[in-house]
Amino acid sequence: MTDPGAGGHRPADRAQTGSWVRPDLEIESRRYSLNLRRMWQLTALLMIVVSVSPLVILTAIDYRVTERSAESEILLNTTRVVSNTKVAVEFSLVERIAALDFIVLDNSFEQLNDCARLTEILERLQSSFTGFVDLGVIDSSGLQFCYVGPYALSGVDYSGEQWFEDVQQTRIYISDVFPGFRHVPHMVIAVKRDLPDGSFFILRTSVEVALLHKLLANLEISGEGDAFLVNHEGILQTSSRSHGDVLEPLDLEVPSYASTTRVYETSGPDGRPLIVGSVYIPDTPLILMIVNQKSALMAPWSETRRQVIGFLVVSLSIIVVVTLGVTTRLVERIRWADRQRVAALHQTEYTNKMASLGRLGAGVAHEINNPLAIIKEKAGLMKDLFSFGDRYADDPKLMGIVDSILGSVDRCSAITRRLLNFARDTDTTPVPVDLRETVTEVLGFMGKEAEYRSIEVAVEIDDDVGEITTNKGRLQQILLNVINNAFAAVSDGGRIEIGIGRLDSSHVGIRVTDNGCGMTEAQRRRVFEPFFTTKSERGGVGLGLSITYSLVSDLGGTIAVDSEVGVGTTFLISLPTSPGSKGEDTR
Amino acid sequence: MSEKVLLVDDEVEFVETLAERMRSRGMEVSTTNSGTDALGLVDEGSFDVVVLDLKMPGIDGLEALRRIKRRRPDIQVVLLTGYATVEKGVEAIKEGALEFLEKPVDLASLTEAIHKAKATKMVLVEKETEERIKEILHHKSW
Repeated sequence: MTDPGAGGHRPADRAQTGSWVRPDLEIESRRYSLNLRRMWQLTALLMIVVSVSPLVILTAIDYRVTERSAESEILLNTTRVVSNTKVAVEFSLVERIAALDFIVLDNSFEQLNDCARLTEILERLQSSFTGFVDLGVIDSSGLQFCYVGPYALSGVDYSGEQWFEDVQQTRIYISDVFPGFRHVPHMVIAVKRDLPDGSFFILRTSVEVALLHKLLANLEISGEGDAFLVNHEGILQTSSRSHGDVLEPLDLEVPSYASTTRVYETSGPDGRPLIVGSVYIPDTPLILMIVNQKSALMAPWSETRRQVIGFLVVSLSIIVVVTLGVTTRLVERIRWADRQRVAALHQTEYTNKMASLGRLGAGVAHEINNPLAIIKEKAGLMKDLFSFGDRYADDPKLMGIVDSILGSVDRCSAITRRLLNFARDTDTTPVPVDLRETVTEVLGFMGKEAEYRSIEVAVEIDDDVGEITTNKGRLQQILLNVINNAFAAVSDGGRIEIGIGRLDSSHVGIRVTDNGCGMTEAQRRRVFEPFFTTKSERGGVGLGLSITYSLVSDLGGTIAVDSEVGVGTTFLISLPTSPGSKGEDTR
Repeated sequence: MSEKVLLVDDEVEFVETLAERMRSRGMEVSTTNSGTDALGLVDEGSFDVVVLDLKMPGIDGLEALRRIKRRRPDIQVVLLTGYATVEKGVEAIKEGALEFLEKPVDLASLTEAIHKAKATKMVLVEKETEERIKEILHHKSW
C-alpha cells in the first residue's frame, strides 16, 4: 500500500512539511550556558573573596601586632640585661677603687714606700680580689719609687704621662685598656692621696682585662649575643665574640653619649639588622655594649609565624578547593535543571503548537466545508436538472463535468474531514483507536511529500492487531514524528516500511524502517537526548525524537532504535493495548 | 404522504439549492435563515422534520433544537454541521436530535435521515393517538 490517499491533500501537506519547532531554540540554549559560566565565575570569586579575605586580614593584623610586641619585648630584655651588666661592671670597678682608697688612707707614704710592705699588701689584695696584677707608689714628681709585680717597673718616671696629669685633677683615675710597656692589654687604676704638707702621692695598680672579660662572658645572652666594653674612641676594651678582639677597633658605630641605657636597632657590617644596647659607665672611659642579631632574637616569634602562615596557606587551599568544587557542582545542577526546564518548555510549546495548528486546521476545514456544501448542492441540482429534464439527459459530456465537480468536492471534504479528525484529538482520555486508521491518517499528511520525492511507503498490518485503548492524539504525534524522521533520513526514491503487529497479549509493536543514511553507534546512543540533532544545518533542533520518547513513556510504552550507517534505521515502538495493562499509567 | 421539511441554515444559497433538490424529490420543503424565524415557523406549520445547521448567528442549532423539542416534542430534528465534534454530536443526541450529519452532506444520506425521521414521528403520533383513544375509552365508559 503505497501513498495512501495522496490524491488531493494540498492544504494538509503544506501544514506538515514546514518545521514544527522554531529553529531559534538552539540559540536560546546557548545563551543559558553563557550565563552559567559567568555565574560560576562570579559565585566562585565571591565565595573565595568572602571566606579568604577575613582570614588573610586577621593574619596580617596578628602578624603586625605580635611582631611589634616581640620587638618591644626584645628591647625591654636588652635594656634590662644592659642595666644589670652595667651595675656589675661598675660595682667590680668601684670595689677595687674602694680597696685602693682604703690602702692609701690606711698607710702613710713612708709605709707604702717600703717594698716589703707593699708586697705584703699586694698579696693580701690578690687573695681578696681577683684581677690585681701589680702595685706601684708614685710621688708627686711622677717617679715610681716602689713597684711590686711581675714586671721591672721600679724607677719609671710617669711625670710626662697624660694619666699622671689627669689623676692630679680627678683624684681617682681609670685608664683605657692599653698594651703599655709590657705589651699585655691591661687597665690602670690610680688613686691620689693629698698629704698635709701640700704634696701628694699616688697608688697605681694595673688590672687584668680578663677580670672584665670574665664578668661579661658569664652573662647569659641568647643566640649570637655579644657583650663587650669599648672606649669612647671605639677601641674594644674586652674581646668580643664576633666584633673583633681586644684593642681592635669596633666594626660598629660608637654610641653617642647618654646618661642612661639606650637600646637601638642598627645594621651590622654585613648588612644584617642588629639590636644594640649601650650604656656609658660613669667616671670611666668605658661603654658597655650588648649586641645581638635581630633575627636570632626574633627566632621564636618567626617560628610561631611560620606555623600560623603554614596553617593559613593550608586553610586557604582547602577553602579554594572546596569552594570551586561546591560551585562547580551547584552550577552543574543548575545547568541540568535549566536544561530540563528548557526541554519541558519546548515540549509545552510543541504541544501548544500542535494544538493551535489543530485549531487552525479545524477552523479552515470548517470554513471550507460551508462553501463546499454549497458547491455540492449546486452541482447536485445541476445534475438533478439534467436528469429530470429531457434536454441534457443524454449529454454525456455535461454529466461528466458535473460528476467531476462532485468528485472533487468529495475529495475536498475528505481532506477537511481528516484535518478535523486530526485536530479533534486534543483530549487526554484514552479511547479505542484503530491502528490501521491512525497510520493511514498520519500517512495522509505525508502523502504529497512521498509522491514528490518518489518515496515508497509500505504498510503491513497484521489482522489480529485490532483496536488498542490509548490516547489517540499522542499516538498520532508519535507516529508523525517517527515517520517524519524516516522521511528526513531517506534520500529521494527511498523506501519506508511500517509494520504493526501484536507482541504479546497486552502489547502491540510498531516498526518503522527506512533505508536512509543510518546512524553511527555514538549517534544512536544519544538519539533520544534533548537537543541532539544531526539535522542542525537543515533547521533541526533535536527535540522531535526526545518528545517522541516522552510521549511513548506517557502512553506506558517503550521505544528503541537500531541503526547501521548507510543501511538504514529501524524504530521499534511497543505500546500497551490498554492503559492499565502495563501496571500503571506513567505520570 | 410527502414529508414536510423545514431547512434552517444561514447560508441562503445552500439552503435554497438543497430545498429545490428535495422538492424535486417529492418533499414539501420550507426554508429559513435564522433560528428565531425557524421557531416561529415551527409554531405555525406542522412539520415532520426540521434540518438545523449547528452554527448560526443568533440562536444556534443546539439552542433551536432545545426550544423546538420543548414546544413540539414530536417534531424530529436532524443536525447538520461543517465542524462536527463527538462532544457536540453527543450533546445533540442527548437533546433529542435524531441524526447528526457532517457537511458537505450527501443528498442520499440526508433523504434517508428524513425518511427515518418521518417514520419515527409517525410511530410517535400513532402511539399518542392510541393513548388518547385509550384515555377516552377509559374516561367515557359507555
